[in-house]
Amino acid sequence: MKALAARRHHRAAPVVLLLLALLVTGGVYAVLAPSPAQAETASTADIETGKKLFQANCATCHGPNAEGTAEAPSLVGVGAAAVDFQVSTGRMPMQMNGPQAMAKPPQMDEEQTAALAAYVASLGAGPAIPTDEQVDPALGDPAHGMALFRTNCSMCHNAVGAGGALSEGKWAPPLTDVSPRNIYQAMLTGPQSMPVFNDANITPEDKRDIIAFLDEQRDGSAGGISLGSLGPVSEGLWAWVVGLGLLIAGAVWIGAKSS
Amino acid sequence: MSENNNPTTPSTDVDAAHEAGVVAQADRFTDPGVPEHKPRLTDTDPQAAKRAERIVAALFGISALGAIGSLVAYFAFPPGGTAETRLSTLLFGLGMAVSLLGIGIAAVHWAKSLMSAHEYVDDRHPIESSPEVREVAITALNQGVADSGIARRGLLKGALVGAMALFPLTIAVPLISSVGGDWNVDKFRHTLWQRGTRLAYDPNGRLIRAADLTIGSVAHVIPDVPAEERLTHHWITEKAKAVVLLVRMNPDDIRSEQRPGGSYDGIVAYSKICTHVGCPVALYEQQTHHLLCPCHQSTFDIADGAKVVFGPAKRPLPQLPITVDDEGYLVAEDDFDQPIGPSYWERLK
Amino acid sequence: MSTTTTDTKRPAAAAPKTAAGKAADYLDQRTSVGVAVKEFARKIFPDHWSFMLGEFALYSFVVLLISGVFLALFFQPSMALVYYEGENPASMHGELMSIAFASTLDLSFEVRGGLLMRQIHHWAALVFMASIVTHMMRVFFTGAFRKPRELNWLVGMLLMILGLLAGFSGYSLPDDVLSGNGLRITDGVVKSIPIIGSYMSYFIFGGEFPGEHIIARLFTVHILLVPALILALIGLHLFLMVLHKHTQFPGGGRTDKNVVGYPLFPVYAAKMGGNFFLTFGVLALMGATMSINNVWNYGPYDPSPVGAGAQPDWYMLFLEGSLRLMPGQTEYVIAGYTLSLNVLIPAVIIPGLLFTFLFVYPFVEAKVTGDTREHHVLDRPRNVPVRTGLGVAFLTAFIILAVAGSNDLVATHFQMSLNAITWALRILFFVGPVIAFWITKRICLGLQRKDRELVLHGHESGRIVRFANGEYIEVHTPLDDQERWLRVNYDAYKPLEIAPATDARGVKRKGYKADKRWQRLSKFFFEDRVEPVTPSELAAAHSHGEHDSLGSVHEQHDALPAGASSTEQER
Repeated sequence: MKALAARRHHRAAPVVLLLLALLVTGGVYAVLAPSPAQAETASTADIETGKKLFQANCATCHGPNAEGTAEAPSLVGVGAAAVDFQVSTGRMPMQMNGPQAMAKPPQMDEEQTAALAAYVASLGAGPAIPTDEQVDPALGDPAHGMALFRTNCSMCHNAVGAGGALSEGKWAPPLTDVSPRNIYQAMLTGPQSMPVFNDANITPEDKRDIIAFLDEQRDGSAGGISLGSLGPVSEGLWAWVVGLGLLIAGAVWIGAKSS
Repeated sequence: MSENNNPTTPSTDVDAAHEAGVVAQADRFTDPGVPEHKPRLTDTDPQAAKRAERIVAALFGISALGAIGSLVAYFAFPPGGTAETRLSTLLFGLGMAVSLLGIGIAAVHWAKSLMSAHEYVDDRHPIESSPEVREVAITALNQGVADSGIARRGLLKGALVGAMALFPLTIAVPLISSVGGDWNVDKFRHTLWQRGTRLAYDPNGRLIRAADLTIGSVAHVIPDVPAEERLTHHWITEKAKAVVLLVRMNPDDIRSEQRPGGSYDGIVAYSKICTHVGCPVALYEQQTHHLLCPCHQSTFDIADGAKVVFGPAKRPLPQLPITVDDEGYLVAEDDFDQPIGPSYWERLK
Repeated sequence: MSTTTTDTKRPAAAAPKTAAGKAADYLDQRTSVGVAVKEFARKIFPDHWSFMLGEFALYSFVVLLISGVFLALFFQPSMALVYYEGENPASMHGELMSIAFASTLDLSFEVRGGLLMRQIHHWAALVFMASIVTHMMRVFFTGAFRKPRELNWLVGMLLMILGLLAGFSGYSLPDDVLSGNGLRITDGVVKSIPIIGSYMSYFIFGGEFPGEHIIARLFTVHILLVPALILALIGLHLFLMVLHKHTQFPGGGRTDKNVVGYPLFPVYAAKMGGNFFLTFGVLALMGATMSINNVWNYGPYDPSPVGAGAQPDWYMLFLEGSLRLMPGQTEYVIAGYTLSLNVLIPAVIIPGLLFTFLFVYPFVEAKVTGDTREHHVLDRPRNVPVRTGLGVAFLTAFIILAVAGSNDLVATHFQMSLNAITWALRILFFVGPVIAFWITKRICLGLQRKDRELVLHGHESGRIVRFANGEYIEVHTPLDDQERWLRVNYDAYKPLEIAPATDARGVKRKGYKADKRWQRLSKFFFEDRVEPVTPSELAAAHSHGEHDSLGSVHEQHDALPAGASSTEQER
């Protein structure tokens, strides 16, 4: 795991990351392009498709009309943003019960996700899927984003979004690979253990600043390999493994009789 | 030092054991002596020695190149943004490491392959000084004591001890009286909150309307003070006591409150400072209403008067009673009713 | 005073001719440096890789001084607030922060080579503590703390504690969120001290936490007070090391009355000097490639935020872990005064016990062995099973606490429940060391028995011989003198024997009870032991063999009782 993290900040990482960032931006754009229109003017057909999908995939837990059951909450009024977040990150439909729903490869394609979102949005007013402009890191102020992130997010997600533990086996996931759209939606809708940060608390511009800050973190660390950005514990571990490891290897060489 | 190239050092171990009388072992093996010296390849083969010499010289050469390389990197790659700083640090540091490791490896290789590999034997002597030396030392001390007259003149002894005991006070008293500021530890009992102080978002100071908070929301809150006051260092010290976590939940979910009536329509405010050792407790899990401290994992149940459900804290977080003013803004009804943060001895006095 | 210079072998009175000779002569006439050179130039040092662990600590400290001077020239220990003007890092531009934090950013992003120096400094600090700990482990497990080195062990302990203090004070200097929360925890711990707690907090912070003084105070502690003490104690440590001459591992010709090894000049000087450059080189390599404590990730200190993974540097993790493991029920109010045992036990009493163990161990062991001899030949750890077991138990406790201090990262990386880990470690903290002790002791005894076995019967040669009567045996080759000596050259102490409770006239002896307690402890140490093979045992093993004609020792059928079952000694 550490090795992976270490490789992520290989010297070639900036280049690779840049390429990846371009790809991701392109990909996100492709994903997002139809969504704003659809969020506002979802056709009745979409809603019908969504309803069918819902009955087939979600109704077991959330109830036939999304009114909620003992196992799962009501989805009336959660909005398209919540559905898009849960389904596009693969958290829903849930594979099995556990401390929390895991992110995994999404089970629905974009169209199906959009249809589901349209259906749930039609049940009651809720947060809509953000526009591309709302989540564009280039338009945000990373310094302001960091100030907000520090106060509101870092206690769970770690100072630079490397993730952290919650109680009873739950965790706050790392944000390094989360798309800007999903970050925005998570703040807006408060999935699972995460509280809600609505627009009165963290305004849409603030949210974009936070995205800009997180985007800046993808450049890696100014000091070299980031060691997972996990703080003193991983630093200590590496001080022992690399530092003491190399030194003791040297000592064994010094102390060995040469032939 | 005894040079002992082909040593047959007789063992003295057995005798020593007998002397000490700890373990009586007449029946022991004898020390075979220092193992025979085995010549290295470089001792017997001049070509190997020559090769080693070349390696050592090359290593010193690499070191010099590393030093020059680091200087080149120093001038050619200034720090700047994240990527530039990383490159600058990397290249300059690698040059430095090469120059240092080159010298280190060269020196050790030289010592191991070319310097004499003969082992020598040095004698050890008991650490304690010999009886004669002790005798002289004791005489010297006794003479000194006699010369000073300290044993005979009791008055001098008392005066000396008295003076020596008092003089440190000339340093300690001003130090101790100043080092703790005003020593007014009662400040722990009060925060900036008072009746009518509005609640504001941390860090930007925007005011909070009750209507702004949706269920499941959490807000990190500071007392509303003039913006310029928030630029002072005094503010940081006050903020360290005044930070509050504001949570809105379904009013039916609230099982108990520490200060009944302190909540407003499902909105509760608790001190963010842990009652264990004072970390900001802020990991709010909205489904369970549990609040977890990231430092030592004390877990508080916000729906149940912020009582401790897990971890090293004992006391619940103090509650800040809140209500709304005429304009719909959330305001404090009172200061906390107890010192916030970690326990201390006279906390309840 | 001698006028002899030491670089040539000329007669005493002759005038030096070479430039070096003249310089040496000049120096010697004024400093009698010749005496020192005569004393030390060919001083013998035994060679072993583990003897270099202490060197690593020393050299890391030198690197800390060098990089620390660099940093001190750019760092400003002020808590006054400024807006950060620098463009880099972008996430900090225009933020309000203390000058201490701003100057840290400045020396990382503006000063060329500044970030490298910061990272070297911090890595050196971590490696400094790690090498101190490994050095202490070497000293402990080989019994190098025995007479006459008990006092030097104490000096080393003080150095270790000062190292903790140096690390902690330096860690907090940048005034960032992470270290600020560390200070806040310190404040909480200090406040829990009965009666004087809140005043101690004021004493440290000059008022309420965090106040405006703490960074400047820590700076003085970090760059003056602690390093000066460390330097002085390193001087004492090395002085005592030279005075005692270095210990040596057991082997042929190595006794308590000699030291076998290589001369300081040139072999050891080259190795030690080379080792300094190796250490510095490794630290430079780490500083160049691995980021450490990027404070701009945490931001300037603000009492409201805290990041997930809020931990101290590794050497303080055991304290963090002990705070995390302690259940909270133990806070009591007595007559209106609050006694926070939930903080005092983990943060004061447990580290106190751990350090006390280390401080007193050499004296306890001296007492239970009753041995007053000087020891310069090291023990092989297996030959003192209880000591080795206690050491491993200690390390186990330390590691469990350190893991507890990282339990949130364990939880996320191994996908476990934080609460379950905490509970498991709570139990393990008590059970783990006991199990570790027991297993280690058994392993040591087993290794000793294996040694006996080897000495008595030799190596298995793999050569099978069939006798006329149809019996097969494997031929064993006997050990050579050196191999055997290594395995038989140790003392197996027996439990103390004490004078009876009453003397000949039936009068009760004073101090009998204390003696009895020491005897019980001594029994704990030495009840189970494996005696070294004696020549007569070896001879017996030979003669018992039915096939002496083969000229080799072999496996016996009526084997000796396997060595160490108990106090009863073979033969």
